[in-house]
Amino acid sequence: MNTKIATKSDLDRVRGEARKARTAKPVEITVCSGTGCLAAKSGGLAAEFDRVVALHDLQHRVEVRRTGCFGFCERGPVVVIHPHNVCYLQVKEADVEEIIARTIVEGETVTRLLYVDDKGRSIRALEDIPFYAKQSRVLLDANTKIDPTSLDDYIAQGGYGALARVLTSMKPEEVVDLVKKSGLRGRGGGGFPTGRKWESTRNAAEKEKYVVVNADEGDPGAYMDRSLLEGNPHSILEGLIIGGYAIGAHQGYIYVRQEYPLAVTNAQLAIDSAREAGLLGKNILGTGFDFDVKVHRGAGAFVSGESTALMRAIEGFVGAPRPKYVHTSEFGLWNKPTTLNNVETWANVPLLVNLGLDQYRAVGTQGSKGTKIFSLVGKVCNTGLVEVPMGMTLREIVYDIGGGIPKGKQLKAVQTGGPSGGFLPASKLDLPVDFDALTEAGSMMGSGGLIVMDEDTCIVDTTRYYVNFLAHESCGQCVPCREGLRQLSKILDNIVAGHGKAGDIEMMEDLCELLEGASLCALGQTAPNPVRSALAHFRAEFDAHILEHRCPSLVCKSLHHYAIDKDRCPGCMLCVSACPTEAISGVRKKPVVLDQAKCIKCGNCMDVCPPKVNAVLKLPGSPKPATQQPVVTT
Amino acid sequence: MNTVRLTIDGKSVEVDKGASVLDAARKAKVDIPTLCHHPKLEPFGACRMCLVEIEKHGRKRTVASCAFPAEDGLVVTSSTPKIERMRKLIVELLWPAYTTPAKGMKIEKSRFTGALPDCSLCGLCVRYCRDVVKKNALYFQGRGVDRCVAFVPGMAHECDSCRACFDLCSSGWVVSRYAAQASADYDERPCFPGMTEC
Repeated sequence: MNTKIATKSDLDRVRGEARKARTAKPVEITVCSGTGCLAAKSGGLAAEFDRVVALHDLQHRVEVRRTGCFGFCERGPVVVIHPHNVCYLQVKEADVEEIIARTIVEGETVTRLLYVDDKGRSIRALEDIPFYAKQSRVLLDANTKIDPTSLDDYIAQGGYGALARVLTSMKPEEVVDLVKKSGLRGRGGGGFPTGRKWESTRNAAEKEKYVVVNADEGDPGAYMDRSLLEGNPHSILEGLIIGGYAIGAHQGYIYVRQEYPLAVTNAQLAIDSAREAGLLGKNILGTGFDFDVKVHRGAGAFVSGESTALMRAIEGFVGAPRPKYVHTSEFGLWNKPTTLNNVETWANVPLLVNLGLDQYRAVGTQGSKGTKIFSLVGKVCNTGLVEVPMGMTLREIVYDIGGGIPKGKQLKAVQTGGPSGGFLPASKLDLPVDFDALTEAGSMMGSGGLIVMDEDTCIVDTTRYYVNFLAHESCGQCVPCREGLRQLSKILDNIVAGHGKAGDIEMMEDLCELLEGASLCALGQTAPNPVRSALAHFRAEFDAHILEHRCPSLVCKSLHHYAIDKDRCPGCMLCVSACPTEAISGVRKKPVVLDQAKCIKCGNCMDVCPPKVNAVLKLPGSPKPATQQPVVTT
Repeated sequence: MNTVRLTIDGKSVEVDKGASVLDAARKAKVDIPTLCHHPKLEPFGACRMCLVEIEKHGRKRTVASCAFPAEDGLVVTSSTPKIERMRKLIVELLWPAYTTPAKGMKIEKSRFTGALPDCSLCGLCVRYCRDVVKKNALYFQGRGVDRCVAFVPGMAHECDSCRACFDLCSSGWVVSRYAAQASADYDERPCFPGMTEC
């Protein structure tokens, strides 16, 4: 678009034109082009749609739109055809001809690409799929409707309307007051009241101020911020401009990790197109307010998500937290007052302005208002990005939206909040999604990672994973964090390797006290959470590893073994040829023999053993005869 | 008013505004152990040996006294059983690079192994070289458990005339590594015209 949007009426005119352009074609094919679906080849799929539409000479009535993440990543690539919201899942390039011929030309449905529910019924419309039906997608909905590279698409959806309203009819103090009253809390993890943060930056004496978007999402298994920034960058930008106006800042930064190339590209594109249209720069919408934004790419350090470390990184230094006890809202970037909010928090701002106080506050719990996006991953049927009202229980998220645990297995734990959060056992599933409730239960909301673990997950091994992650992602400056995590990691490595000993748990508890009480920044202070919650709810698993040298979940390689059930083995020799170390030997039609000394526990034998025979056993602990054999040393 | 008055272990002390709780404690002759602190350098907050308990508006918190600003009416306790436990654990974790307070704490050996043998990563050398001498001959390498101190290759010749960090290093890392770095730099000198050997 080349038209300048210099006033509010310009914006209204552009919105009218953009809406008209969108309704000019009766049919729209939206192809999910979020990172998940792109990995499942949705890029080629969209190109194929373009080609076939042109081939059938349908360009005048069919629009192919590449949108942001639809959230149903388990079944990507997702294709939705409007006007009836027909949702096709796991679409391949080979399906495109059929979709065009049947659905677009004939108006029929390609049944085999539809969602089938647990009762065997095919579901046609996107909103009727249980995964979507239980969500309230106020932030994510736009992701499915707009092309993230198009400013017109965003404006057609009402975009920048909140900004126009704020700039033309509200005083900065009124905006801060609105955010304060809304009960919006930081979506990055801590849940600090956003309005209070804004107010202290606004009231700080220094004239020069900054607003910053924290898009350094680095929790394993989390991709909420990524999908928002990739799929709807203008909504974050709009929130940031509103924040800048409210606080009195004229410069904003988007700190985004370099590992999110599409988010970097789309954020930059959004800034460029907004600036070209006059929505960034001098005298925005003719109101005299100047504001501009820069993208700062992070160099891949998890600790840079910590507020002071992030600001150090923007200043051009190594991202390490600041030891001084001062608030960044007063002494932040270049020692100027700075408001740092997470991507999702900023995206909530235009929504709040548009909905108004009462409607916004109507959703959520007493202490946590609005919705929260979670990346629902792990051992759950419907992996994906979900947005739910605060106060929904974890059970509803995992079972109603997530469709439960695959293969009929039992749920063991839900991990929320990433490496700074904790494990919640099945007994805590009725906890509501609420900042305070989750913190009280020994976990935390975090930025919204929600990892489901089934009975085959070893909690000790998973704890070790998180501690190892933190040990390498710590900046290494303060002793408790660097050395404490080094020792925790060593202890857990030993336990998993079968060398656990009595006293390990007490030593871990001592180290946790030090980490929590003495660490310099939140990374170290919250690092004990995975360990403590694991010990609180799954102590028996630790005891089994340490005292009995067995892994009940059969995950830790040193603490389980394979065996051949002699009564079941018909001597088909399949496992003999599958074994890479020749640990299995035997003759045809006689039960085979497994040499434990040669076995590397790869599990190939178990995989090839026919299910009806099922003669390979996976057992906890060490093989009995081997431990009885005397060790001969020469 | 350019001064503030606070209480440390029951002793009332007045210090200039902007001073740290540690500065105030030193003035009140209250002993707080430190490792990474240096009066000429900005607080680093790395060793956490100087932890103290503060009471403000009826709430108690544990903070690093080197980085916490002295405030009017602040009540500071330099040592509690929990702080003692944490200090002991820190000494054990840094073993054997930092053993100075071990005797007073009755620590004879550490329960832990695996930390750097001759460097506590207090960063005194790096920071002194960067902020006071302004040579930047040393730097922190790596992140998390992989962090260590290293000489910037080719810079050791600058150090020969300075050696300011030699006395700062309590574990002897600087002295022992300097010689190795100097000879490595010597071997890797670029060849200039007129040089007799290469």
